Amino acid sequence: MSIKDGRRSSERRERRLGVSYAAPMGVWFTVFFIAPLVIIILYSFLKRGLYGGVEWEFSLTAYGQMFNPNFGKVLLRTIWISVVATAFCILLAIPTGYAMARSKHQTLLLFLIIIPFWTNSLIRIYAWISILSTEGFFNEILKSLGIIDEGLHLIYNHGSVILVLIYMYLPFAILPLFTTIDKFDFSLLDAARDLGATKFGAIRLVMLPNIRSGLLTAIVFTFIPIFGAYTVPLLVGGKDSTMIGNIIVDQVSKTRNWPLASAFSMILTLVSTVGVIWMMMSSRKEQAQKKNVTNQQKTEQNILDHHTTGGEA
Amino acid sequence: MNGRNPENGRKQVMFHDHRTFSFSNIVMVLVVVFLFLPLFVVVLYSFNSSKGMTWDHASLVWYEKLIFDSPSLWMAFKNSLIIALTSSATATVLGTLAAIGIKWYRFPGKSYITTVSYLPMVLPEVIIGISMLIFFSAVKIQLGMFTIFVAHTTFNLPFVFLLVSARLDEFDYSTIEAARDLGANERQTLLRVIIPSIMPGVLSGFLMSITMSLEDFVITFFVSGPGSGTLPLYVYSMIRYGVSPVINALSFVMILGTMLIAWVFRRFLKTIAANS
Repeated sequence: MSIKDGRRSSERRERRLGVSYAAPMGVWFTVFFIAPLVIIILYSFLKRGLYGGVEWEFSLTAYGQMFNPNFGKVLLRTIWISVVATAFCILLAIPTGYAMARSKHQTLLLFLIIIPFWTNSLIRIYAWISILSTEGFFNEILKSLGIIDEGLHLIYNHGSVILVLIYMYLPFAILPLFTTIDKFDFSLLDAARDLGATKFGAIRLVMLPNIRSGLLTAIVFTFIPIFGAYTVPLLVGGKDSTMIGNIIVDQVSKTRNWPLASAFSMILTLVSTVGVIWMMMSSRKEQAQKKNVTNQQKTEQNILDHHTTGGEA
Repeated sequence: MNGRNPENGRKQVMFHDHRTFSFSNIVMVLVVVFLFLPLFVVVLYSFNSSKGMTWDHASLVWYEKLIFDSPSLWMAFKNSLIIALTSSATATVLGTLAAIGIKWYRFPGKSYITTVSYLPMVLPEVIIGISMLIFFSAVKIQLGMFTIFVAHTTFNLPFVFLLVSARLDEFDYSTIEAARDLGANERQTLLRVIIPSIMPGVLSGFLMSITMSLEDFVITFFVSGPGSGTLPLYVYSMIRYGVSPVINALSFVMILGTMLIAWVFRRFLKTIAANS
């Protein structure tokens, strides 16, 4: 057997082995994940069946219906609730992740963040219901202190939805931020301080550019599940705090308008995909940059620039 | 100055931020309090003898009810366990094999599988649930235990795949070549060399899957049929249609379970944080 034949047969062998290892999972995902997604893409362009289901006729009715002012309102509400909740999560997660990374008790702190995160989501929502409801924990305390006579309406409004969403998804923001801040070389902050930067200036100009990828991951992984939230608005929201997730479910189970549910699902899928691609592109760009200039050098340049331009004014 | 991290000399801390009451420390403490407050309230009231939120006196009555007087809850828990074990086992086998194949071999369709395995972790749960519901009814599969099993295996797979892949990154390929040179065939190499050395990754993938499966509500909600309710579905119906303080007692038990699992994972917490 010549060398060439040998190489070819080993290539063939590699291919055969690779396929036989990976095919079961590949087939599973294709049948039970990709096929369902393809079906909802397809359904969103079909006509609604009389009693649920679809009729096999091309139609853009579903996409037209989405611009019905009622649905438009829900869409806008979903966007602003998601933006506000994500912003709060990130603003709380940056200092938390920083303090965790600087701490000597990292494992304990991770433990403390992960326990509520892994506790059943319905239990956590239920816990908030028992705190916020009119006869709940918070109102009972206020009553026993004599501050109020009658329970305040703290639940079933936009505020409670946002609060509980922040609660549910805060760990999604903390964990990636902790991970990147933990990898950051804190002596750079000392260098920046030695060169005359203020503490805040050092963090903003030296640390933030270095944890960009973690920040992006945190934003994307918090925003996507909040944007697709279903259980939280259902259980702690009022009549007018429904979000897209609730519309999709109602269209499937109550109104039985599958094409419309599919069309709304397409929006959620699209938003998620854009977020993930954005995140992946930025992390790829960062890696490419690291090949040219190491982060350290870049940061030193940053400090130098900052110093020569007179620092934080 | 003390090194913050003993096993990592690189991170000598000198940044002048050692005060206990720095801004970031205060925020962190408040965040931890915020995260634990609801859990604390639920646990506290699980020991309350009366039904409402006014404190009467300490009692174990709801625990008694939970254990001896909640047959349908235990039925749901049994379903949850069956689904968790079967779907995690399936996901662990498929995910581990795929991770091995993708790590070491080149073949057509490789990047397709890698990309697709990433997606279920990213898409909102509602989408996965709805698309599966529509799929099952399009291909006329009756909703029930089987459809829940399929759904759970699907969302468990990415976690196994990821954790095993992370473990494989540390594995030295020359070990395999050595095994082959010594005459081991592919099956022997897999079972006697590869699997034993990636076992920690496989086990953590399996445990992670069990946790995910026991906790899932949204996806299960869509693909369950009559008689196939899992524990989270049961909790949901308790919240929606009449709350009994038994749910407080159940919550405490579930929180303890979570703590136990997190404790088992204590060595992996950083890896989990990096991959979540």
